[in-house]
Amino acid sequence: MADLRANFLGIKSPNPFWLASAPPTDKQYNVLRAFEAGWGGVVWKTLGSQVKNVSSRYSSIDYGGTKMMGFNNIELISDRPLDINLREIAECVRLFPDRAMIVSLMADNTREKWHELIAQVEDTGAHGLELNFGCPHGMTERGMGAAVGQDPEIAKMVVEWVMEKATLPVITKLTPNVHSVVPTGRAAVEGGTNALSLINTIQSVTGVDLDTFVPNPYVAGKSVYGGYCGPAVKPIALKMLTTIAQDPVTAPLPISGIGGVSTWKDAVEFMLLGASNVQVCTAVMKHGFRIVEDMCDGMNNWMDEKGFKTLDDFIGKSVPTITHWEDLDINYHIVANINQDKCIHCGLCYIACEDTSHQSINLTFGNPYNTYSIKEDECVGCNLCKLVCPVDSCITMVEQRKGDEYLNWKEFQRRGLPLNDH
Amino acid sequence: MPILNNRLTAEQYEQNFSDIHPPFESREAALVEANRCLFCYDAPCTKRCPTSINIPKFIKQITTDNVKGSAYTIFDANIMGGGCSKVCPVEKLCEGSCVYNLLEEPPIPIAKLQRYSTEKAIAHKWPLFQRKPETGRKVAIVGAGPAGLSCAHVLSREGVDVTIYEKEAKGGGLMTYGIAAYKVTPEFCEDEVNFITSLGGIDIKYGQELGKDVSLADLQANYDAVYLGIGVGVARQLDIPGEDLAGVEDAIRFIYDIREKGYPSIPVGDKVAVIGLGMTAIDAATQAKRLGAKEVTIVYRRTQAEMPSTEVELNLAKLDGCNIIWLASPKEILGENGQVTQLICNVMELGVPDASGRRSPVETGETITLNVDMVIKAAGQVPYEALVSSNQLNHWSGKIAIDSNCATNIPAVFAGGDCVNGGKEVVDAVQAGKDGARAILNFIKSE
Ligand SMILES: Cc1cc2nc3c(=O)[nH]c(=O)nc-3n(C[C@H](O)[C@H](O)[C@H](O)COP(=O)(O)OP(=O)(O)OC[C@H]3O[C@@H](n4cnc5c(N)ncnc54)[C@H](O)[C@@H]3O)c2cc1C
Ligand SMILES: Cc1cc2nc3c(=O)[nH]c(=O)nc-3n(C[C@H](O)[C@H](O)[C@H](O)COP(=O)(O)O)c2cc1C
Ligand code: SF4
Ligand code: SF4
Ligand code: SF4
Repeated sequence: MADLRANFLGIKSPNPFWLASAPPTDKQYNVLRAFEAGWGGVVWKTLGSQVKNVSSRYSSIDYGGTKMMGFNNIELISDRPLDINLREIAECVRLFPDRAMIVSLMADNTREKWHELIAQVEDTGAHGLELNFGCPHGMTERGMGAAVGQDPEIAKMVVEWVMEKATLPVITKLTPNVHSVVPTGRAAVEGGTNALSLINTIQSVTGVDLDTFVPNPYVAGKSVYGGYCGPAVKPIALKMLTTIAQDPVTAPLPISGIGGVSTWKDAVEFMLLGASNVQVCTAVMKHGFRIVEDMCDGMNNWMDEKGFKTLDDFIGKSVPTITHWEDLDINYHIVANINQDKCIHCGLCYIACEDTSHQSINLTFGNPYNTYSIKEDECVGCNLCKLVCPVDSCITMVEQRKGDEYLNWKEFQRRGLPLNDH
Repeated sequence: MPILNNRLTAEQYEQNFSDIHPPFESREAALVEANRCLFCYDAPCTKRCPTSINIPKFIKQITTDNVKGSAYTIFDANIMGGGCSKVCPVEKLCEGSCVYNLLEEPPIPIAKLQRYSTEKAIAHKWPLFQRKPETGRKVAIVGAGPAGLSCAHVLSREGVDVTIYEKEAKGGGLMTYGIAAYKVTPEFCEDEVNFITSLGGIDIKYGQELGKDVSLADLQANYDAVYLGIGVGVARQLDIPGEDLAGVEDAIRFIYDIREKGYPSIPVGDKVAVIGLGMTAIDAATQAKRLGAKEVTIVYRRTQAEMPSTEVELNLAKLDGCNIIWLASPKEILGENGQVTQLICNVMELGVPDASGRRSPVETGETITLNVDMVIKAAGQVPYEALVSSNQLNHWSGKIAIDSNCATNIPAVFAGGDCVNGGKEVVDAVQAGKDGARAILNFIKSE
């Protein structure tokens, strides 16, 4: 049995799975249910000055028969009275002292308001604070949320205000609605933040209703950009996470990974790319809190198989493998190979390669089954056929190096080697 | 041992003859299956559909809620795609070659998806096709079965006016009169015919029999071309003693009556023997059982390896509780007071392989006797040999001979479907109709 216990800035939780600041962490009722289900910690739905929400608030992307591949919302921060939230936070901490309780904050844009809010929250017994610099709708108009996260100067200033007052560890949550998350991340570090978390939601239009002609979500004949999250954003979140994990200024800080985490596998990927723990929102909004059981179980089994005893044994392990294009080995070459025993003759590899790649697959007509084979000399090793093949390990990529030694692009150019030789 | 009608209650009949391949309950259910389709390239399922419906395309169209487009894709290749989705032996056609079979996974339910789109199209009377401008050409078609209707539709789309001469009072051919009631309803068959003719330019003259009410010579004189889609008619005689006893029935007649007269008025025996093991035999046996016969026994002179019906069909009969006696060939029917009482069969064994490698059954000299009160003959159908030869059409034992252009030996007379192939499936007849129409269009143009 591997040890799943997590320690994030000294905040302990029985496992690295936290609920992200969102409706699932909006009140005592949900949070107690989450703790009962086994979640390691929660980031309480962002507190600030009270707001008013609209309906509808959510829309989503279905793909290939799967619902909610991408999810989008135009919800604001907590719309419940602050004193009720504070009382409930304290109650949850009292009932489940072994779980992490982080409170997300977004005060009005003055030093005093931030200080006031921090003082109130610290009285609850919570273990940490998360600064919401990301909320992309509603708040930005008032110079809050993403308006802060998109301007490193302002972000740094707000973090400084917070650090003046806070006695609890502070996590700064970054918005992805920027060219690079690194400048704001660095600014937060300079401002003194103890940790970073990312990503918040990505501005988006999920689609247009083909009957009403109004984009989703629909609010009385109008719509606005919403924040995108769920499985569809995971690749973007992972990329942003990696840039933070590789940057010399931000890398030393613990990072909480967010964005499309739905399974233990996703969580492991985030952690391999530098996250110390993960936060989940959309996946529980789709399936409820019970998914944490498999998340713990799956991660545990994987760690046992790999011989990892604690989370620290693998956190960040994959970060060094992401390099620059110029440093890739040009002499590494692979070609596709089709296992004829496994092939079901669907022709998907053929048509993909024929129409869109390098015409490297032979078709021999048959009735009703055609036979497909690779023209090894034509194959550039792009991998497309393998990706489209519906049968597990039917197409494999076989290594056929062009040369023994490692050769990168800079060296290639320096030697004036011929382009387009394959 | 009486032959009786009205054996069951109205609810029992209703239940016994309800759809054996029910449609999808919901859009979601259809989408789950449609989304499983891999969208194969040069798809094997399409190659195994006699009408070459672009199956991956129509399924993809379902996944995008383009049901109209999907219906068009189906009907463009097979105007009886609605009926075919209910009656095709898909396990040996499209679904039998779906690549999922090679993964040992259930194939895509192609026919059910086909039904999903086509039923909507027919129910909503979507006007999917438009005729090209009138060409002034006229073609006569004999027989409003699948072959004739399919031929008519292609011709009319090309701006040719079509008149169909049909001896029965309804269109659809064996689709309407021959297919088991739990596969298609008479209402569906009527809607299907109306859907096809709603294109315009197709006039069906009912109660007009070739050889009686009209002659081939008249048709040749009055039309630019003639297409014969008359199907096969009569059941093969067994040529054994006792065949004329009361209680010996022809399967086609029996099934026809079920479709025409309503379940309660069809008499069946307590103990019924069905002779043969093709689709017709299965349909007759299962329907006899569903009409309330106590015991139904199928008698087949070869073994399961040689049976013409598919495994799926055989299972249908087995699930209905029909018995099967393999390697038994009817020898004589005995009776009392003119009524069937017993069927005596020769016990057979498989002989040495003949030139074609097929092992024919030979008699062992032993016999078995079955106590029965009804015998249904389903040992194949016989073409209209007299009609065909009296019109000087070249033929093979009554099956009209055509060349690679679907043309008979008589100028401007074409033929296709069961009357040419001796009896296959609806989907083959539909393709034959398309081929015939193409040939006729070429012929008219070159005239
Ligand atoms: C009992 C039975 C069950 C079957 N079950 C299935 C099944 O489940 N699935 C499947 O795919 N196929 C099935 N078939 C086969 C299928 O019905 C035929 O292959 C198909 O109907 C052939 O179409 P066709 O147009 O060639 O002939 P038909 O359907 O026979 O149509 C011929 C038409 O011509 C008319 N006609 C005949 N002679 C004349 C004349 N002299 N003048 C004017 N009109 C005339 C007939 O009345 C009829 O309307 C079954 C067949 C039988 C007998
Ligand atoms: C309905 C909804 C409300 C949210 N509200 C907040 C919020 O109040 N504060 C915050 O920091 N993030 C909020 N988020 C963002 C999530 O915390 C999280 O960063 C994002 O959803 C990405 O994670 P996911 O892909 O697991 O959903 C909200 C997300 C959703 C879907
Ligand atoms: S995609 Fe895979 S299964 Fe399909 S033809 Fe190619 S190799 Fe065979
Ligand atoms: S017509 Fe019949 S064989 Fe062809 S695709 Fe449809 S169900 Fe399958
Ligand atoms: S073979 Fe099966 S999976 Fe492939 S296109 Fe046809 S129905 Fe779809």
